[in-house]
Amino acid sequence: MFAAVAGCATSAPDAVLPYRVDGDAIRERLAAAPGDAARGKAVVVSRDSNCLLCHAVPDSGVRFMGNVGPSLEGVGAQLTEGQLRLRIVDSMRLNRETKMPSYYRVDELNRVAEAWRGQPVLTAQQVEDTVAYLLTLR
Amino acid sequence: MKSGIEFVSDDLRKLQADDFANPGMLWVARGEKIWGEAAGNGGKSCAACHGVAAKSMQGVAARYPRVDPGAARLVNLEGRINLCRDRKQQAQPLGPESDELLALTAYVAHQSRGVPVSVTLDMQNRKDFERGRELYNRRIGQMNLACTHCHDRSWGKKLAAETVSQGHGNAFPAYRLEWQSVGSLQRRIRACFYGLRAEMPPYGAQELLDLELYLAWRAGGLPVETPGVRR
Ligand code: HEC
Ligand code: HEC
Ligand code: HEC
Repeated sequence: MFAAVAGCATSAPDAVLPYRVDGDAIRERLAAAPGDAARGKAVVVSRDSNCLLCHAVPDSGVRFMGNVGPSLEGVGAQLTEGQLRLRIVDSMRLNRETKMPSYYRVDELNRVAEAWRGQPVLTAQQVEDTVAYLLTLR
Repeated sequence: MKSGIEFVSDDLRKLQADDFANPGMLWVARGEKIWGEAAGNGGKSCAACHGVAAKSMQGVAARYPRVDPGAARLVNLEGRINLCRDRKQQAQPLGPESDELLALTAYVAHQSRGVPVSVTLDMQNRKDFERGRELYNRRIGQMNLACTHCHDRSWGKKLAAETVSQGHGNAFPAYRLEWQSVGSLQRRIRACFYGLRAEMPPYGAQELLDLELYLAWRAGGLPVETPGVRR
């Protein structure tokens, strides 16, 4: 996939590993270890991922949550593991106009600030952890 | 089309509307003082040439940024003031976001309060405008979003605790609680770049001027509010 060729000169060679898209899902795990829902929750509520800037997650314990994106309540019942993975990795593959950032991607980005250049927002393991957590939202 | 003031809390709206409480008015008052002070080798004050600002500067800010005939390039209000510092007063240009430049800019822009923003597009600023529009619509930063994703397609929605506005510049320079100070439109735009984890253009950069022009064009008709009060 082009995400693997990715990266241009600035990214670390292994910043984003190759993955395969089937339809609207990435079926295989990106990381060797299975996702951990507790760690995934920490990712989702953190300021690094910024998920709650745009989404509400009931019971997250966070006071101010946005609604630029839909509430993630029940999303674990609506989408499969593979569908969730692709949406986090690169929603632009589903919708060029999406407002959902691409969390596991380093290619074809414009003027990324130096501190973040060549790195995806989330590591492969963090994507897996996040997917595991979202699957618990039923 | 809605000004950013329509998206802030009642408290902030009241603060902006009350000239005695609006903290931005401190900068306006300071600007008024500087307006009357002689500066530079020319030994002249702004007032020496421009007289009463309420008359000579009324409506001026609403037409900026514009291509300055003398400089033959796009300048914003800050840049135009610095042209006078340099050429008419033979004084050092004032630094970006310096208290004096913010004060003078706020004072001059305040003379246009209530005047509808209206920049005209012509052969001279067309390229600047097109670049501004292009940047406004280009995804930037690690967050991979363009200005348009928030300010055209998400206004009225919540981004954490903040209501996203249409991203107009008509209140600037504005007092932001977060800054505990008045700041320029360029500072506000840079804050959005920062939030997107995008490389910020330096103050005065052509890219920021281009964006300012595009913003002024899309805000056409909204009244100048300077000094605005924002979160
Ligand atoms: C800048 C706003 C924004 C941020 C930040 C954001 N999202 Fe989204 N997200 C959206 C929008 C808008 C959608 C709706 C789909 C679209 O526009 O393509 C969406 C869709 C989704 C979906 C699909 C929901 C469905 O019902 O189809 C999931 C899952 C999701 N986001 C999870 C996340 C996670 C996890 C994070 C943090 C790692 C995150 N989002 C961060 C805006 C955002
Ligand atoms: C992720 C969403 C997002 C993106 C993308 C974004 N902004 Fe903003 N912007 C905000 C928020 C939130 C505020 C503060 C609340 C408000 O006024 O909208 C803001 C405020 C502003 C304001 C001040 C409005 C006022 O009345 O005080 C301007 C001007 C502005 N943005 C311009 C831009 C420009 C230019 C870009 C593109 C370089 C941009 N923004 C990209 C979220 C965004
Ligand atoms: C020696 C006379 C002189 C002084 C002193 C002077 N200016 Fe000017 N200013 C001018 C002239 C003349 C113009 C018209 C454009 C030109 O000739 O460059 C102008 C233009 C301007 C404009 C643009 C007006 C428009 O309609 O676009 C602004 C704003 C301005 N001056 C602000 C200031 C400020 C603020 C100061 C003090 C820091 C100042 N000027 C000091 C002579 C002066």
